[in-house]
Amino acid sequence: MSWENVLIVAILMSSFLPGVIIFMLPERSTALRTGLNLFGAGLKMALVIVMDLAIYYGRIFQMRLELMEGVELFLNADPLSAMFATLSSALWLLTTIYAVGYLEGSPNRSHFFGYFSLCVTVTIGIAMAGNLVTFLLFYEMLTLTTYPLIIHRGTVESLRAGRNYLVYTFGGGGIFLFAVIWLHTLAGPADFSAAGLARQLVESEAPVLRCIFLLMIAGVGVKAALVPLHGWLPQAMIAPAPVSALLHAVAVVKAGAFGVTRIVLDVFGVNNIIELGLMPWLIAIAAATIIWGSLRALQQDGLKQRLAFSTVSQISYIALGVSLADHRLALIGGLVHLIHQGLMKITLFFCAGNLAETLGIHRISEMAGVGRRLPLTMAAFTVGAMGMIGIPPTVGFISKWYLCLGGLEAGNQWVIMVLIVSSLLNGAYFLPVIITAWFGKQQGPWPQERKFGRLETHWMLLIPPLVTALTVIAAGVIANAQFSPLTWVKFVVQDYSH
Amino acid sequence: MAFADSWIVVPVFAPLTAALLAFLVRRASFFISLAAACLSLLAVAVLVNRFLVNGPAAYAVGGWDPPLGICLRTDGPALIMLVLTAVAGVGISLYAKGYFTLRIERPSRVGRPERQERFFWPLWMLQLTGLNGLYLSGDIFNLYVTLEVIGVSAAALAALSGKSASLIAALRYLLVSLLGSMSYLLGVVFVYKTYGVLDLGLLQAAAAPAPGVIAAMALMSVGLLLKTAIFPMHFWLPPAHANALAPVSAILSGLVVKGSFFLLFRLWFDIFSPVLPAAAFNLMGSLGAGAIIWGGVQVLRQQRLKLLIAYSTVSQLGYLVIAFPLAFAGGSSQAWSAVLFMASGHACAKIAMFMSAGTIMLHAGHDRIRDLAGIRAYLPVTAFAYAAAGVNLIGLPPSGGFIAKWMLLITALAGHQWLWAVVLLAGSFLATAYVFRVVAQLFVIPPDKPVITRRRAGLLEWPALIMALLSLLLGLMAPYPLRLLEAGQIVRTAMTMGGGP
Repeated sequence: MSWENVLIVAILMSSFLPGVIIFMLPERSTALRTGLNLFGAGLKMALVIVMDLAIYYGRIFQMRLELMEGVELFLNADPLSAMFATLSSALWLLTTIYAVGYLEGSPNRSHFFGYFSLCVTVTIGIAMAGNLVTFLLFYEMLTLTTYPLIIHRGTVESLRAGRNYLVYTFGGGGIFLFAVIWLHTLAGPADFSAAGLARQLVESEAPVLRCIFLLMIAGVGVKAALVPLHGWLPQAMIAPAPVSALLHAVAVVKAGAFGVTRIVLDVFGVNNIIELGLMPWLIAIAAATIIWGSLRALQQDGLKQRLAFSTVSQISYIALGVSLADHRLALIGGLVHLIHQGLMKITLFFCAGNLAETLGIHRISEMAGVGRRLPLTMAAFTVGAMGMIGIPPTVGFISKWYLCLGGLEAGNQWVIMVLIVSSLLNGAYFLPVIITAWFGKQQGPWPQERKFGRLETHWMLLIPPLVTALTVIAAGVIANAQFSPLTWVKFVVQDYSH
Repeated sequence: MAFADSWIVVPVFAPLTAALLAFLVRRASFFISLAAACLSLLAVAVLVNRFLVNGPAAYAVGGWDPPLGICLRTDGPALIMLVLTAVAGVGISLYAKGYFTLRIERPSRVGRPERQERFFWPLWMLQLTGLNGLYLSGDIFNLYVTLEVIGVSAAALAALSGKSASLIAALRYLLVSLLGSMSYLLGVVFVYKTYGVLDLGLLQAAAAPAPGVIAAMALMSVGLLLKTAIFPMHFWLPPAHANALAPVSAILSGLVVKGSFFLLFRLWFDIFSPVLPAAAFNLMGSLGAGAIIWGGVQVLRQQRLKLLIAYSTVSQLGYLVIAFPLAFAGGSSQAWSAVLFMASGHACAKIAMFMSAGTIMLHAGHDRIRDLAGIRAYLPVTAFAYAAAGVNLIGLPPSGGFIAKWMLLITALAGHQWLWAVVLLAGSFLATAYVFRVVAQLFVIPPDKPVITRRRAGLLEWPALIMALLSLLLGLMAPYPLRLLEAGQIVRTAMTMGGGP
């Protein structure tokens, strides 16, 4: 076994083994559990960074296991996988710290952290999947490992949200499986590659391939929360805040968006999709989701619900960029948003969690004057929201800038219109929150206030949002430095520029 | 050499001897049975090893050759079923020990646990004898004998719990089972009349369209379908499986129905496939589709955990027969792989589920699904085992069920048989619904629920977990069973190329 293989296995095991051990730990051994969690998360981060560097210098990370004829598990860490893996493991580290603070003293933590670790293992699996079967395997396992987290509170509402989540995601999973097998019978087993499907096949089987493509997009579109398949996401907000962060920024929604990317770029191939005339459809779906999500976000009073609809809208920037993939700048904008949206959204969810845990605030109408009570949290929130709107120098600006350039390059006025309208809508639903929080007048006592000494809240709840908020600014300012998300995405896009 | 060959009789004679001894030496019955189960496992491992080296083996018991004597033989499919039975045999034996110990410690109102345990071990060993005999037998009359051994001991096991409901169900089971055997035996008579041989290998060579053969196959198939509880002949299964003691339910649902199915499949695919019309395969397929859908809907209506699991067996067995028309298109070896993955995945999963249900019932005192919330607080391993087994029933990767469904769907879509593909997917959605209906209850601890802590029994929890993990990871182990099947193929072609056996 070469060291590259050892590294792949180690990256997967660094969260899998802690997860399994945590399941077996008794509830009361908090210190050991926390230690294991942080050790695993830190180790994974370090290993993934080693892998990134190695990939940058041209090493190849591949592992195969043949299950039967035509079905093999294939892990292949290409630059695109490395991007998603790095994002997930970095945010997982922060989310773990946050979750330890958030769940302090609550019951069933072994169960929670066990699945939490498995969830990230599976996400890394999705990132590194090198063919559709492997992707499918981890994609379905992601549903299984997130379900216990969503129903963690055990209330009637959380069970209902869990049921809805299953109906949507397994419905999508079934359709996806169907499409994968259908494609398999036509094209045979194939690894992900920038070339995509054979030209000949595209010419002879065009109608069937169109059908398969739409089925596949519908399948992964459930997790990517493409309208009209997004219904589960706002409901799943019943879960604890670290889970929401995980769903929205680290794992589930990202896995869906990543799936769309893989299907367009590596399964079908950009040129083939243009040949099949499917790109306008994808643009239309993405644009509709961006606008609809923003409009629905405007109507929400629940803070987490507003953030959820904002995710629906923002995640489709990725799909929009991918649907213009024949234009390099647009593709860069879309892919870099995969990272940027994660950073911004996780900041916002951490802050929403802080509001709920520290003051018992769940609604925007209760937020008046909260900036004075939680200045650091709200500062981080403001940075995240500015990023969402796309104000420089945050990372959100970088994404939108590249998407706009791509839209201009493509000569597609609709894309520009959609971007402008959605930015206005982003402003319309985030600015009032920020203004109320900083300049509103506190009305009565906070619903459920807890004191944490001199700090505004528990330090483990405070550090993660501050770190991510700083990154939102820093990664925007140094976007052209050697180790920024943008540089990496440009490195990724080399594989796909023809 | 002669000694090495005689490993093949161990899986039959070890449990048979144990059945006698366990009946006589009451105090050591558990250890005798466990030893026999372990010995069978060892023997099966030796057989697998020898098979991979030498190819299919045949052994004439007592040196009497086929027309007169009893011939035992191994091939790929039989070995896979033997491995499954042997592994499950050890697991169920351990679980049963834990189960009876706990029941004797805490007697409930119904039944006398000491008495139940006393009769359980000999009957269970007899059951193992019958199953192993069925997989090893090489002629259709000996197969009839093993079917009777299986049927009678299964009915007796089902009656063990002593509740009046289980007595009624067990008696019905016995009658159905006898009816099935009779029908099968009648078919055997037809076959003997037509071809003059009973040996499977000779039949395979002789099988040619003849007037009696369709009637013979119809009789044998109806008998075996009845014993396997394939829709619409499943009516006897849910009460019999749900009212039995938990280890017995596991045996009945996991192993017993697979025995008669295995024989059915062997007759259809290894022996008579050239003789049968395509319409017959499609008829089987529609029975399977009916089972999947009807059974799946029935499962959703159940309020009790054990009945739910029993009905899910009815639904899952449908996948085994829906494979008939699909496998017919794909050729014999692919047919065997899909069906064997389905059967072994389902066996492990169902055993794990009934074990979990039994553990839950012992601890909670009931199996009402809507009142199960919070049970995870003191049975975490059991709750997880149930969920892991459920993943196999849904057919999600990397379970054995996934591999089987993948194979079936590939054949269905490649052959543009859309209807079967839709039924397969619909079955998975139904399974998702009924699995997660229970898992949702098992996985949450409602905030207001008082946590009860009682002594946990490792022997009850761990066997279930191991069986569940086996079913869940069967897909990753797929290369090994496939190699067994391929090894048989290669040797068989080599033999035919060399001028026949």
